[in-house]
Amino acid sequence: MARAVTTQRKTINTIIAWAIGLLIFFPILWIIILSFKAEGDAIKTPIAVLTSGWTLENYGVVQERSDYAKHFFNSVILAFGSTILGLIIAVPAAWSMAFVPSKRTKDILLWMLSTKMLPAVGVLYPMYLIFIELGLLDTRVGLVVVLMLINLPIIVWMLYTYFREIPGEILEASRMDGASLREEILYVLTPMAIPGMASTVLLNVILAWNEAFWTLNLTAAKAAPLTAFIASYSSPEGLFYAKLSAASTMAIAPILIMGWFSQKQLVRGLTFGAVK
Amino acid sequence: MGRIQLKQVEKSFGDVTVIPPLDLEINDGEFVVFVGPSGCGKSTLLRLIAGLEDVSGGVIEIDGSDATSIPPAKRGLAMVFQSYALYPHMTVRKNIAFPLRMAKVSAEEQEKRISNAAEVLNLTPYLDRRPGQLSGGQRQRVAIGRAIVREPAAFLFDEPLSNLDAALRVGMRLEISELHKRLKTTMIYVTHDQVEAMTMADKIVVLQAGIIEQVGSPLELYHTPRNLFVAGFIGSPKMNFIEGAEAEKYDAHTIGVRPEHIDVSETEGPWRGTVGVSEHLGSDTFFHINGTGLADALTVRASGEVGLNRGDTIFLTPQADKIHRFDRQGLRIG
Amino acid sequence: MATQHSRSAARFMMAPAVVLLLGWMLIPLSMTLFFSFKKYLPLRGDSLGNGLDWVGFDNYVRFVSSSSFWPSVITTLLIVGGVLIITVVLGILLAILLDQPMWGQGVVRILVIAPFFVMPTVSALVWKNLFMDPGNGFLAHVYRFFGATPVEWLSQASLQSIIMIVSWQWLPFATLILLTAIQSLDSEQLEAAEMDGAPILSRFYHIVLPHLARAITIVILIQTIFLLSIFAEIFVTTGGAFGTRTLTYLIYQRVLESQNVGLGSAGGVYAIILANIVAIFLMRIVGKNLDA
Repeated sequence: MARAVTTQRKTINTIIAWAIGLLIFFPILWIIILSFKAEGDAIKTPIAVLTSGWTLENYGVVQERSDYAKHFFNSVILAFGSTILGLIIAVPAAWSMAFVPSKRTKDILLWMLSTKMLPAVGVLYPMYLIFIELGLLDTRVGLVVVLMLINLPIIVWMLYTYFREIPGEILEASRMDGASLREEILYVLTPMAIPGMASTVLLNVILAWNEAFWTLNLTAAKAAPLTAFIASYSSPEGLFYAKLSAASTMAIAPILIMGWFSQKQLVRGLTFGAVK
Repeated sequence: MGRIQLKQVEKSFGDVTVIPPLDLEINDGEFVVFVGPSGCGKSTLLRLIAGLEDVSGGVIEIDGSDATSIPPAKRGLAMVFQSYALYPHMTVRKNIAFPLRMAKVSAEEQEKRISNAAEVLNLTPYLDRRPGQLSGGQRQRVAIGRAIVREPAAFLFDEPLSNLDAALRVGMRLEISELHKRLKTTMIYVTHDQVEAMTMADKIVVLQAGIIEQVGSPLELYHTPRNLFVAGFIGSPKMNFIEGAEAEKYDAHTIGVRPEHIDVSETEGPWRGTVGVSEHLGSDTFFHINGTGLADALTVRASGEVGLNRGDTIFLTPQADKIHRFDRQGLRIG
Repeated sequence: MATQHSRSAARFMMAPAVVLLLGWMLIPLSMTLFFSFKKYLPLRGDSLGNGLDWVGFDNYVRFVSSSSFWPSVITTLLIVGGVLIITVVLGILLAILLDQPMWGQGVVRILVIAPFFVMPTVSALVWKNLFMDPGNGFLAHVYRFFGATPVEWLSQASLQSIIMIVSWQWLPFATLILLTAIQSLDSEQLEAAEMDGAPILSRFYHIVLPHLARAITIVILIQTIFLLSIFAEIFVTTGGAFGTRTLTYLIYQRVLESQNVGLGSAGGVYAIILANIVAIFLMRIVGKNLDA
């Protein structure tokens, strides 16, 4: 145990840390504040902004003008669809690697991770052509598949590290108890791995929700998720601070909340287990 | 029924041979203990019988039919693991029910067998708890309960007591023996503890480096160990081994005398030495005797308390009919 | 540690993931490689159906000799390097600060981490308009309050602005990982050093920093891979103007804006090679950790 710290030192720490924390968080806070202001007030000086009245109208206007709900719905479909699809493919693969390791397991895992490192822009045109050829351009199905493929290595990897913490004897016990492979995975492994799977889902939903290369380049009006929808505000006619703020607040709020719950898993997932 | 025969069974991992071809017959209802130092292949042998590992060669027969390529689930065997391997997300009741659920046993039958097992194992008050809320001994009993409800052809135990503390170990040892008397089902039990082997087994299989050194009843192994390894492994404290001139007097390369077969005297005897460390157990006292010129140190047992101190001179007499003789290869003579 | 049965089941269950990723990697990659040796201008009627002219290494040579190539490399290096320096240095300081005893530690940590969860397009757009706009942006108001002339951030100091935006996004990542690493430092080690009479700076230099070395390396490698391909932040703010055209953005423009697929593909191959060089180092570290 560290020794007792003087109250004075603790107070100084607290003040500095809170000041820096608020400074870093300030842009997000400012977005949220502006989203509740009238368009005319939002461009005033900060003090005038803070002293002006509050309103909810921006949230209504954003939905009316641009069918915000559709894009939000697209984001939900893409994020959860790609994660669930990825999970279905990754669970059996991670089971194999964790419980029936062979000499090549490590190489396969590393190779899978290495696919994650390919710069997307390097294969932009081929993907574009493939999407046109298959009629997938601006469809949710196409993007679900692409986002799943991008995150599959991370899903496999995270599940693998969680599965490895489950003692193999328990799975052997279920085999002795007469469980088939399917029953073993369904009744024994999956329930035991639920916490790990939940954090895997959480992290991958976050990553898919925020993905901003393929979603920008492979969608137009129909399948565009929030990333692409927000980007459309960059054209000058969209320069309404309050409305931009309202749209942004809605786009980041769900993920912000999920993210706060997944801090620990974030480290594990994003460093591929190299830092725990 | 639970007769298990191993015919020329062997196992290797890659280039490493863990078990060279071996034959073994386990009769129905027998309590067989595989014993040996760690790494001797006893657990691997058990896992081969269970079907958790493939044999590299040979045939495993259960009740006369070839089970070599039958998956573990279908062999009709039940296993109790060293770590108990309970399903942490299920209650005790569900843990015990799991094999029955897998076998699609009817709900009433499940209930009947579970309450039966719970009663036998004193688990009734804990049925709705989770494994995490149980003590080590209770977990062990749940693991056994999960095994007995299946009414298997044979039970396999993989060092089941090694995670328990000493006091509990003695208790569980009795319970398992008790269970065997009642169920009369074949049990195969793996341990590195020769005391467990001696106290529980009908038949002991002593293994070293994948090779069966001797098969026999506990007393057979005690009285007529086939070679130096078995002689040294069975019995506690260890048998004393003496080589050289003294052994040649008995026409042997090595002779062995158990500590309990050496008489102690303060006045006379063929062997003379000085008392080193003494261990007082109350009922017995073990002396480590130095300076006999026969071996580095001899261990002798004296009943009760004997008034000998460190440095005292002592005379030893081996009981002539209890001397084991071994040849140059370490094999028993006579 | 398994039977033949489970081994073949394992192979079978691993197949979908392996096949999918193999396809995902090989198909577009070989197409890129193929295009990079071809003249392929879709707007001038070139198409796969009509057959493409083989031009050898022309595209590779032209990509490198174009006047925008070296500036884009320098821009990329400045952005990656700038963000790395800012996030790692501030990340270490923040991690140490957050590791100290204080009131409301959990809340502060949440505040610091929050920017990481903001989608790139939102953060770029919000910084561009709400903060960096020379007329109505927050910073402009602050400048005017102090009687200074507001800076036209994204045109006058475009590179610095982008580095700042991206650093804001990635500082949480560095902080979080370094904080995790610091928390695994045995406090007895520091106390022992203190007993040995080491002053605070040398405790930091000789004990904390070496302990963090691995985490710092990982932060640098992972961030480098992601930073090399930042896209949305530039797409939304400057569109590659004012000296903010990175290698990634240059390739994007070649392929989709000027529709020179062959040239863009050659650039893509360069980008893939570059990313792989970084990836090899990262894989080494991750691979070593795998044995444990």
